[in-house]
Amino acid sequence: MKARVHVMLKTGVLDPQGEAVRHALGALGFDGVNGVRQGKVIELDLKDGTSEDSITSMCEKLLANTVIESYHVEVM
Amino acid sequence: MKAAVLVFPGSNCDRDLGVAFEQAGFDVSMVWHKDTELPSGIDIVGVPGGFSYGDYLRCGAIAANSPITQSLKTHADRGGYVIGICNGFQILTETGMLPGALLQNAGLKYICKTVGLKVETSQSSFTEGYNAGDTLEIPIAHHEGNYFADDEVISRLQGEDRVAFTYTDNPNGAKADIAGVLSENRRVLGMMPHPERAADIGHGGTDGTALFRALQGALTPA
Repeated sequence: MKARVHVMLKTGVLDPQGEAVRHALGALGFDGVNGVRQGKVIELDLKDGTSEDSITSMCEKLLANTVIESYHVEVM
Repeated sequence: MKAAVLVFPGSNCDRDLGVAFEQAGFDVSMVWHKDTELPSGIDIVGVPGGFSYGDYLRCGAIAANSPITQSLKTHADRGGYVIGICNGFQILTETGMLPGALLQNAGLKYICKTVGLKVETSQSSFTEGYNAGDTLEIPIAHHEGNYFADDEVISRLQGEDRVAFTYTDNPNGAKADIAGVLSENRRVLGMMPHPERAADIGHGGTDGTALFRALQGALTPA
């Protein structure tokens, strides 16, 4: 089985990279981009039957820093 | 007094930190990340700057889960002293030993320069060689030095006199200009600037020396 973990900076945490991308899009002539937030996607190749609790624990312990990041798990 | 300096793959300030401890009179052991125990009788552990594990995932995230780190936590839990500098500070926040996190610099650039650092408190074994309000000249060299914690944590740190250092001219967007924070028992310090790079005349500045000297005088065994 596979799981995809999306990690994003929490709302309210400044994302300077996202801001730089937003400016770059504006410079390319794309109007109306009000905001860009950049995160990461981590794909896990897991033993079949791995519990969601176990994946949550991976996120809490390592994959995301919950002080600044939120995460969302998508089991595929 | 005995100091241990942890060495991770990618650490690059470990030897400088070892020399700074030695010059202040410590016996220094370098401890490889795969070791599971600190040498016996260690009074203080230094977690050095650098790019542990190539900063993969997040700065300090992998080091925070490395074998020696469990022993570091045990040392701190029983009241041992710890100083984390730069990547070492990032590692200490990743382990949860210090609150907050270090984000990418607000200006997106790696910054390597000497900055003004205000001593916010002299009430710790790390800072008692200074007077609160002193301004030091200490180098920074980081890309992820932008200290972040939620407002509640920031006010608690300020209320408990746990902000050790602030920048006089904030270089990286750190909340409340914070450059270094203390743990609740005031025995764990994390800071982004490098006092070990201002600890010898050859460095061009010696404002960091007093930190290491004060430690040598002040430590009480855990």
